[in-house]
Amino acid sequence: MSTQQAEPESQEAPEDPEMKGAESPQERRLDDKDDGMVDDHAEKEAELEGETVLIKVFRYDPEVEGKQEPRFDDFHVPFEKGMTVLDAVMYARDEYDSSLTFRHSCRQAVCGSDAFFVNGRQRLGCKTQISDLEQPVRIEPLPHQEVVKDLVVDMDHFYDQMHTVEPYFQDDDTPATDDLEEQRQSPENREKIKMSSRCIWCGACMSSCNIAAGDNEYLGPAAINKAYKFAMDDREGEQIKEHRLRILEQEHGVWRCQTQFSCTEVCPKDIPLTEHIQELKREAVKKNLKFW
Amino acid sequence: MYEHDVIVVGAGGAGLRAAIAAHEAGADVAMVSKLHPVRSHTGAAEGGINAALQEGDDWELHAYDTMKGSDYLGDAPAVETLAQDAPEETINLEHWGMPFSREDDGRVSQRPFGGLSYPRTTYAGAETGHHLLHTMYEQVVKRGIQVYDEWYVMDLATTDEPDPNDRECHGVVAYDVQSGKIEGFKASGGVVLATGGPGQAFDHTTNAVSCTGDGHAMAYRAGAPLEDMEFIQFHPTSLPSTGVLISEGVRGEGGILYNSEGERFMFEHGYANNSGELASRDVVARAELTEVNEGRGVDDEYVHLDMRHLGEERIMDRLENILHLAEDFEGVDGLVEPMPVKPGQHYAMGGIEVDENGESCVNGLYAAGECACVSVHGGNRLGGNALPELIVFGKRAGRHAAGDDLGEPEIRTGYGDDVEDETDTELPVAPGEAGLETSGSVAADGGVTADAEGILERTVESARERVDHLMEKDDGVQHAEIRAKLQKAMTDYVNVFRTEEGVKKALKVIRECRQEYQDVYVDDPSRTFNTDLQQTIETRNLIDVAETIALGALVRNEFRGAHWRQENQIRDDENWLKHTLISWDDGEPSIFYRPVILEGENKTYEPKERSY
Repeated sequence: MSTQQAEPESQEAPEDPEMKGAESPQERRLDDKDDGMVDDHAEKEAELEGETVLIKVFRYDPEVEGKQEPRFDDFHVPFEKGMTVLDAVMYARDEYDSSLTFRHSCRQAVCGSDAFFVNGRQRLGCKTQISDLEQPVRIEPLPHQEVVKDLVVDMDHFYDQMHTVEPYFQDDDTPATDDLEEQRQSPENREKIKMSSRCIWCGACMSSCNIAAGDNEYLGPAAINKAYKFAMDDREGEQIKEHRLRILEQEHGVWRCQTQFSCTEVCPKDIPLTEHIQELKREAVKKNLKFW
Repeated sequence: MYEHDVIVVGAGGAGLRAAIAAHEAGADVAMVSKLHPVRSHTGAAEGGINAALQEGDDWELHAYDTMKGSDYLGDAPAVETLAQDAPEETINLEHWGMPFSREDDGRVSQRPFGGLSYPRTTYAGAETGHHLLHTMYEQVVKRGIQVYDEWYVMDLATTDEPDPNDRECHGVVAYDVQSGKIEGFKASGGVVLATGGPGQAFDHTTNAVSCTGDGHAMAYRAGAPLEDMEFIQFHPTSLPSTGVLISEGVRGEGGILYNSEGERFMFEHGYANNSGELASRDVVARAELTEVNEGRGVDDEYVHLDMRHLGEERIMDRLENILHLAEDFEGVDGLVEPMPVKPGQHYAMGGIEVDENGESCVNGLYAAGECACVSVHGGNRLGGNALPELIVFGKRAGRHAAGDDLGEPEIRTGYGDDVEDETDTELPVAPGEAGLETSGSVAADGGVTADAEGILERTVESARERVDHLMEKDDGVQHAEIRAKLQKAMTDYVNVFRTEEGVKKALKVIRECRQEYQDVYVDDPSRTFNTDLQQTIETRNLIDVAETIALGALVRNEFRGAHWRQENQIRDDENWLKHTLISWDDGEPSIFYRPVILEGENKTYEPKERSY
């Protein structure tokens, strides 16, 4: 596995086509179409005569010669009203370069697999309208994560941190209930955990966090928010809540957060992550837990 | 080679539930999924989980509504099992911490849904599936169940006896998406397919791009018949530009449908004089398209769904997610203007034929969730019945695969003496002409029956050869071109309204796609995260599944549930109270029928007219 990182600082791509030493995948594909596929070519050209959007997409593949050095590829994509960043990269892939690689699935902001770094900010490709962005639109993998290929980053560390906080309901201290009787939860308590329960594990928050970037052991906003969801749920007993707070107030837990709000800013589900982290700090203090 | 007792393919709602159940039954279980579990399409389900939880409601009412909704094509033993087990399974989810919406007294809320005689849809805002998915994945983490995520299962390792009922499934072959490594996964107990729907066979769908019918196609090629594939549900409210789903919860809470003339057409044009917007999905989808076809659509394409009158407080409490979807994907503020909606492909009622224990006719091969057909949904699935299906039948499949005795099933599978063989029926398009020869092969092709490991090794070998071939080929056709053509034909001709001529046209295009697929190649030379390769394999699966959908739609010359045929717009109970089964024999699809089971535990369901 390569340790190639997409650092936002090093995002200056060679703008001069001369420097790339080769035409773009799109030009290549259009040239190819010349061979015996004139009609198709003409159709594509005609399509491109309308309004187009220029996307510059980060490319890298550890295996393929010519892609081992990270670079940006340009694609001119016909613009349609309502077009999202995901639509644009899908068009580029399906029409011009089938090796263009990125994760995506639901296209409705719930699977969390298409978080990219778009024009210098973490965003979900599927819910980001092209019309809201300045052109050219620069699309990169999430910063501070290892790049596997093109826009795909290694999520293992993110998942590991999520798993560290024991992310599952532990109801050992709640009173025994009948098999067919639910536990009671007040609408207010449900409301309290509602926002935290919306996390789709996209990784945008972790990628935007300076602290997480410098401290690999920091639990990070997503994992802490996951723990918040359980710790604030009245259905779990006091004892388990204290156990959860002890996990969270460890050296690389909530106290690492410096309230920079970058996680909150980029969260595509509008979860008040920073506020949740602060609330957990307050809870730890109230319970006289040791803090760092 | 990896070895486990039970291998679950797919990690959405059904797969997670199956894995937990198999684990609890003492099996060493592993999940193999092309996505990380939390990325599964179950997360996009919005509406809720039907379960008879309250006094005044009971499982028999739930079963009755489901049988009626299915247009009497559901099998009563399956439907009754669903209705009986759903309450316990729903409460179980609550005990696992699922954040259901609540009443003032702290109990879980339930709301009305289409086709239900009692408000029994348990929900968590308009994001029930998201919470269900995450809650169950949390339980998988808690139990330390092994998950091979981003491993794409390409084929099943199955013996090759001439009769599929004698065949045995020993495992699967998968490749690691991240490294390209192809490996065998041996399952000593059983393989549970939980791969979801085939929505990508259509170009306007609420389904994720990952919903490519992989499980359907693999089981089909291994000899398990696909059942009732013609029954495709078109959801009445998807956003026109993207297909993004707008939950039936909007209508459940009181949302109203208007045409371009401001008429509440469900009533004013007499489509459903009692239930209006809450008639079942097939009825509403046809009503909307009829409005558009008769010139009363907005922009000649869609109708309006209005929820403004519900008030901001109620919307924020129960439908907040819908506001975000309408805003992000259509640029419409649902608080101040109506939302544009039109029917979109949503759900496949049909699937891999299995019994109440989730087992197919191939020994050791199970299926659960949308890829399976037990069958509970028959001709039309009621909103809120997909999620209980996942947990009820996911659990049963997992337990049975792990060796638990669940009793003798009443539903039979595979070709047997209870089927009606209609090989004499002259099909307008002979199946043979549909040419399945490029579909790949059953694992043990070649007439040799070997031991489990030998079969697995041979399947791995053939998968490696196939991938090498696709990668080494220098030019030809790319999958995206074929996929787009297939999707368009299905949407043009096998949609809400179907004609014999149209379905035949679709079959012709499907055959062309199959032909072109022989020349398919993978342009990306890399073994690292090669989505080009993965989608190329998925496209073949889509061709197989699309063909069964179209063939089913062609032979079922009646109007039932979601399947509307212009030539015959009445339900024909005399000839068609039976399931369509399509199996792959000797390289071509063969069609037979099995009578629907209308005898329940205490009563027989008499087919009645469905009026709403």
